Amino acid sequence: MACNGSACQSGCYKKGDELAAPEEGGAAAASNSNSNSSSNGSGNNLCVKCKVKEPFTVAGGGGGEDGRFCAECFRSNLFGKFRHAVTSNAMIGPTDNVLVAFSGGPASRVALQFVHELQYKAQKNFDASRDRSLPVFGVGVAFVDESAAHLPSSDKAMDQAIEDVKSLVLELSPPAKELHHFPIESICSGDSSDQREKLKEVLNAVTDATGKEDFLVHLRMLALQKIASENGYTRVVLGSCTSRIACHVISATVKGRGYSLPADIQYVDARWEAPVVLPLHDCLAQELNMLCHLDGLKTIELPYEPQSTINSLISSFVALLQEENPSRESTIVRTAGKLTPFAFNRIPEINDTNVPLATRRRQKRSSLKLNGSISSESFCPMCYSPLIQSKVQALDTPEASKTNSYIFGSSCCSSCRFQILPQDPLCMEHFYSHLPPPLVARASSGNAHDIRSLREHIQDYLLLDSDNEQ
Amino acid sequence: MEETAAKPRRSGGGGRQCCICHERRPALKRPKTLEQICRECFYAVFEEEIHQVIVENQLFKPGERIGIGASGGKDSTVLAYVLSELNKRHNYGLDLFLLSVDEGITGYRDDSLETVKRNEVQYGLPLKIVSYKDLYGWTMDEIVKMIGLKNNCTFCGVFRRQALDRGAALLKVDKLATGHNADDIAETVLLNILRGDIARLSRCTSITTGIYSPNAYRGFAREFIKDLERIRPRAILDIIKSGEDFRIATSTKMPEQGTCERCGYISSQKWCKACVLLEGLNRGMPKLGIGRSRGLNSNQMKTDKPTSRTKSIESKQCGSLDF
Repeated sequence: MACNGSACQSGCYKKGDELAAPEEGGAAAASNSNSNSSSNGSGNNLCVKCKVKEPFTVAGGGGGEDGRFCAECFRSNLFGKFRHAVTSNAMIGPTDNVLVAFSGGPASRVALQFVHELQYKAQKNFDASRDRSLPVFGVGVAFVDESAAHLPSSDKAMDQAIEDVKSLVLELSPPAKELHHFPIESICSGDSSDQREKLKEVLNAVTDATGKEDFLVHLRMLALQKIASENGYTRVVLGSCTSRIACHVISATVKGRGYSLPADIQYVDARWEAPVVLPLHDCLAQELNMLCHLDGLKTIELPYEPQSTINSLISSFVALLQEENPSRESTIVRTAGKLTPFAFNRIPEINDTNVPLATRRRQKRSSLKLNGSISSESFCPMCYSPLIQSKVQALDTPEASKTNSYIFGSSCCSSCRFQILPQDPLCMEHFYSHLPPPLVARASSGNAHDIRSLREHIQDYLLLDSDNEQ
Repeated sequence: MEETAAKPRRSGGGGRQCCICHERRPALKRPKTLEQICRECFYAVFEEEIHQVIVENQLFKPGERIGIGASGGKDSTVLAYVLSELNKRHNYGLDLFLLSVDEGITGYRDDSLETVKRNEVQYGLPLKIVSYKDLYGWTMDEIVKMIGLKNNCTFCGVFRRQALDRGAALLKVDKLATGHNADDIAETVLLNILRGDIARLSRCTSITTGIYSPNAYRGFAREFIKDLERIRPRAILDIIKSGEDFRIATSTKMPEQGTCERCGYISSQKWCKACVLLEGLNRGMPKLGIGRSRGLNSNQMKTDKPTSRTKSIESKQCGSLDF
């Protein structure tokens, strides 16, 4: 959509013209922060929060937030939302090791920045404290390299992007953070050329463009969980913001996934070994973009071709609605927020006495109102979404013909069966044989989460700590 | 190259026959399933699916009087045809009527009312037309003269919804059938998400409820659904499935249902929306009931009640309809 100057409300950012240069000296004196704010006419206009400084504006229009806050208050407002999400959902405790998923985009850049600032403050407090009782949480950065899925062969632009990511993470210290550059094909079995082959095979077997895109997202989560488990991370931080969640609400609805939708849009998703947390849940993409520009936070663009899928149609649709009404994204997320979450949408109870009592209390208090019963969900092995029990398919074919690929396919949700799994049984066999082992393990091990949560409930009554499961 | 005689079964859509009868040449590709299908089989499968919905959801009982909301458009015409056809074919034992609403807009309804009159003859279904003038004492033309072109859609929407119900009551009809289709329901699910209406969201896929009237950004949603359908036709049905599967706590579902004090129609407020709007028209206060000015349903109404009953003849109209 063409940006037509001051009327444009899309919050788009062209590289050249972001912030207007400071104009008359008088008005600029009111704000002595680092922002390049332009004087906004009469100077009667004051930041709505501190009422002292002038609000900053963005040339070309910045949408709803434009001209309301000064740079300082804007930044602290945004960080405030982040910190509130972290503390009220017990996302990061002092003993946690946090893996931040970094895609290069503005949202994950801000997530990384804010987590770093939180860690930096904790480190300072630790250094200053006498008894050193409260440890500092660890932070690592994961960059899942999906170039094998998008690009035909090694690409100079991609190599440069990876170098940029490395130097970016190096700058975010102290405290130092390890970068895990993880090529996505590494979740497949075999040596590296085997892996690339298998990934290509498995992606080509998915004919629906939207299905392929979603399949890649499932693989990405597998990759993140693998990095977490191999390196001792206890949390995975995603930069998912309000805007992204709003798109997910619509896309889940449109794909017939209304039942499982609430599982994906809460602050916490503990279906995984390393629970996934969304601290930017209440921040709009536009705000995050603005912050990156205000503070000069470097983002990295990856050389992937955009695909024409249902997901991209929905992004454009939501962007259009947001232009027409700047509170639309929030409304969508708020509506979907009224759907009942699942038992796994909270951090599991901390029984570890090493964790400070305050943290444990806070976590207990913040527990969402949930369906009280023991989690009896079964999950789709492909996308790990909870399945409606009454609709879990009965396998009514004779035992002999129940191949593993057939069993896998029948236990998937109808959406994955339609848009991801190949329809032809032979293609399905081939597809199944190339799937990454962690995916396959999900179907055959029964429901690991189920067993874990059952255990949690009877833990106090168990006398022997037996080695069961998988 | 041309395959004329019936051939043994071929799988998939690559063949040149209808994929159901394998005999006739396909006339179209069915949007719901993308199957190639001939005319006769399309009719058969379409009618059979509707019959299945009626049977599985036990929508009707033998001997019931059913009013078919007839606008003269494609949806209600198809509905009239299919219901009368299935009624005969499967012996539903229903007493069918056509019910049409005349808003009193010169030049607007004339064509569609002609179509409905034709339907009456074609399908042998008695037709009853209820007009806004009969029901409320105002035609839309008169309303527009009074309030201008800005909020007239609100009036028309509220009045039409009630008109069908009131006409049905006049005809002593047991149930009202409307031609809302999957696209309408899918659109409604989406709109309720966009607007933040969780209570409506939980009711809108229920098979026996009505549909709320249009909003400003319905246009965007409609456009989006069309684009979506082009990429993936089954998405429309998937939206409805999602709507049915939404985990909504039962406490959010039920609004209070009482009756309007003025006319006895179902209403969650003291006065139903139509009575509020009519009061405004009759008093020369056309903004009453539009937007946030719900004055009539709060304090104002308690003091005004004694006087409103002695007003002009038109204001009594609503209350004079007994059920």
